[in-house]
Amino acid sequence: MIYLDNVAGTKPDERVVEKMIPFLKEKYGNPSAHFYPLGREAFEAVNEAREHVANLIDATPDEIVFTSCGTESNNMAIKGLALNDKYKNKKHIIISEIEHFSVQNTCIKLLNEGYKITKLKVDNNGQINLDDLKKSITDDTLLVSIMSANPEIGTIQDSAAIGQICKEKGVIYHVDAVASVGHQKVSVKDFNCDLLSLAGQNFYGPRGTGALYVNKEVKLTPLFDGGFQENGYRSGSENVAGIVGLGEAARIAKAEMDTYVPRMQALGKKLMASLEGMFDFLHITGDKSKRLPGHVSFWIEYIEGESLLLWYSLNNIYGASGSACSSNILAEDEDDLAASHVLTAVGVPNDICAGSMTFSMSKYITEEDIDKVIEVTPTIVTRLCEMSPYYNKK
Amino acid sequence: MAKGPYSDKVMEHFMNPRNMGEINDANGVGEVGNPACGDVMKLYLKISDDGIVEDVKFKTFGCGAAIASSSMATELLKGKTVEQILELTNNAIVEALDGLPPAKIHCSVMAEEAIEAALKDYYVRVGKDPKIVDEMKAKIKDKVKH
Repeated sequence: MIYLDNVAGTKPDERVVEKMIPFLKEKYGNPSAHFYPLGREAFEAVNEAREHVANLIDATPDEIVFTSCGTESNNMAIKGLALNDKYKNKKHIIISEIEHFSVQNTCIKLLNEGYKITKLKVDNNGQINLDDLKKSITDDTLLVSIMSANPEIGTIQDSAAIGQICKEKGVIYHVDAVASVGHQKVSVKDFNCDLLSLAGQNFYGPRGTGALYVNKEVKLTPLFDGGFQENGYRSGSENVAGIVGLGEAARIAKAEMDTYVPRMQALGKKLMASLEGMFDFLHITGDKSKRLPGHVSFWIEYIEGESLLLWYSLNNIYGASGSACSSNILAEDEDDLAASHVLTAVGVPNDICAGSMTFSMSKYITEEDIDKVIEVTPTIVTRLCEMSPYYNKK
Repeated sequence: MAKGPYSDKVMEHFMNPRNMGEINDANGVGEVGNPACGDVMKLYLKISDDGIVEDVKFKTFGCGAAIASSSMATELLKGKTVEQILELTNNAIVEALDGLPPAKIHCSVMAEEAIEAALKDYYVRVGKDPKIVDEMKAKIKDKVKH
């Protein structure tokens, strides 16, 4: 099996799993029960994890709030600000067209609460225009929320420059860094950000774990009412094993990123160059240089993405497609089928982005794996082209 | 077999589509598209002088369900009379494929529409009014209701 859908979630590192197991078995104390060793052990393990996560993103441990996933972190950042009395006089939020649904849909909810949402356009590579950002900020702007990297097209934004603009304008800056953490250097200091979301599943940690960095100057209203865990920001008993796994994943990423990232980058470049050389009707999406390491996304004229996805899968190669047909296959209604908003935003026409495909690598991918993808692609593409009424052999 | 949301039958037709290609001397060609997802199916019919489908081929731009529906439709058409193929509904295609996910039913509808379009083209080519297809379809639907 060649797993190339790592923006959907990576394989947990074996050391992460090993570190978690005792907290699922014998070390089952509640971190809030400090007064006996079993509880204290859990408390200390959670705090150790907090230090590792903070260390990975250049934050301090008391700025880390553990959540259940990137979606919760994004919701907590945006709704938490909007609900807080400190910011009740500001009703404008700026996002980009290619934000994750957990940012887009959270903002749509806030429209009903009287907020104005500006969606910044992106260019054909998926980059926002910094002048557009500057012009969009008004006295009423509460928040700018721009992701650091897009999981579908791989494009990396200039988060440091965005942060500088927000700082100069006195606007709060949230970064959805779920696709980036563990794959590029993410520093809340370099980014000048106030809030940053991450998820364990995207850098070899366990699924169902996440964290939100909250700058000490920022005030959030908690989304859940309950006890006082996570410094009052996120009540509910902690997922201790998950947090321990997230912390271990952060420790490993900090120590080993410099080794695996250049290798993934080289393999990504090799795959991209090979695919581009195969067919003149295959087009790479996203920025070719400012992109996540090992991320290759493309669309092919004449053929449809779900068919590509299925054929790769029949060759034990697992990727993703942003085509309408692959968007929500289990939906009850065909109206729920829609081509990816990201591809539409970067200017790929609806009928063409039907043929889109994304391969995202992990540190486990080998050169042989990439050679296999390169080997099977011509057969798959040729077969689907022969079947297509659009394709005319020249 | 890697099946996912599709039945074994759908995957079998997706991997080994029957009657894929073009007929150079087709006397009925229909091309239809689905606005929901951009799928397109082109159907070629070779109908004999006594009104029997002698040959049928297809070309499809679409997902697994669209390709399997096209393939199954061609299987169900071969050797049938013009009247018989008008009775072929999308439900028959879905049934023959052992079902489709609800969001993919439109792929079978596209196959039914391609058959109608190809038959209309056939009637035009033999000098008859293509409206006959709509009239025959209406009669069949009426018969089913009663």
